[in-house]
Amino acid sequence: MENLFNLFVRSIFIDNMIFAYFLGMCSYLAVSKTVKTSMGLGVAVTFVLLITAPVNWLVDTYMLKAGALAWLSPELADLDLSYLSFMIFIAVIAAMVQLVEMAVEKFSPSLYNALGIFLPLIAVNCAILGVALFVQEREYETIGEVTTYAVGSGLGWFLAIVSLAAIREKIRYSHIPKALRGLGIAFILTGLMAIAFMSFMGIKI
Amino acid sequence: MSEEKIIKEKDPWFSPRNFKLLKNPLNLENPVTVQVLGICSALAVTVQMKPAIVMALSVTVVTAFSNLIIALIRDTIPSRIRIIVQLVVVAALVIIVDQLLKAYVYDVSKKLSVFVGLIITNCILMGRLEAFAMANKPWPSFIDGIGNGLGYGAILVIIAFFRELLGSGKIYGFDVIPKAFYEAGYVNNGLMILPPMALMTIGVIIWIQRSKNPVLQEDN
Repeated sequence: MENLFNLFVRSIFIDNMIFAYFLGMCSYLAVSKTVKTSMGLGVAVTFVLLITAPVNWLVDTYMLKAGALAWLSPELADLDLSYLSFMIFIAVIAAMVQLVEMAVEKFSPSLYNALGIFLPLIAVNCAILGVALFVQEREYETIGEVTTYAVGSGLGWFLAIVSLAAIREKIRYSHIPKALRGLGIAFILTGLMAIAFMSFMGIKI
Repeated sequence: MSEEKIIKEKDPWFSPRNFKLLKNPLNLENPVTVQVLGICSALAVTVQMKPAIVMALSVTVVTAFSNLIIALIRDTIPSRIRIIVQLVVVAALVIIVDQLLKAYVYDVSKKLSVFVGLIITNCILMGRLEAFAMANKPWPSFIDGIGNGLGYGAILVIIAFFRELLGSGKIYGFDVIPKAFYEAGYVNNGLMILPPMALMTIGVIIWIQRSKNPVLQEDN
């Protein structure tokens, strides 16, 4: 339990998707103009991560890893399909996003309306594939760890995009050098926030 | 945008128009600083020059060939499932690149870790496939892919150059700052190696580029 909590805090603050790995930057910069839309996207990303990361982990452990197919028949025990992982992961993500979209539309139309266009766009958000690949690379062992890591990363992303959106709303009327307006200042702001987040480094619970 | 126009069939292979496709992404239509595509994987690999160059080459190869393949089969793809088709083509190319990197430059491939896989969701690819390869002939699409890959690579290498020079006093792994400097009290700036400075550096690059090209400035 302690281990899980530690992982959770780590993935939100220290291994933050935006500030430490720059994943999902494209939508992070494009959608962070107002707090409301950025919240919608943040929630959607967290939600999709919560579902796709465990699914991808299951697929990886029971189908793709070296010897993972041994449960099917002993002849397949020395088969290693891990070179297929990129293609399978992206397919799983695209399919899950589609499924999630349909499920949300059916069971919670209000959430569906709030998320709007962001749900389908998430399939090509680097943070989703990034989490799947990090899980594979760091060899997390239980589904609990994977889910905790996924939710933590999603919340970290949510935190990052909402705070950038809030700052961008505030600086709309500031006097920024002409050439720095828009994209330039957004990068520098993200850099400053990343420096602030660096102070969490080394925290252990 | 002029480059989006469909290119006539009779253009010679290196016509001025094709040359423009190659040159524009380097500055005025740079994928990273102007089109805001592909930043996701651009920044994390820029601590040193070597991984940055390998990454730039990999992305160039993948953009060029995915543009070429999609342009070749663009008339046979039903438009409803085009995203899936594009993803499959890109994923297959990335798998090939990943296997090649593992085979020939294993240490760099370890350093790039998940970021090779993340080329799949690199927005440059989807952006160029959607905006250019779906509507143009194979050869111009191929050139467009190379141009955009190089534009992306140029930014990557510039950032990596400054981060490696200021952060660890090296260029491409060779010490360039003389020993006498260190003896006189010069210290490497450790902050340059940490993630925040990649963001700052790219912010400054955008600043410089936009003050040179007022066309690109935003009104806020």
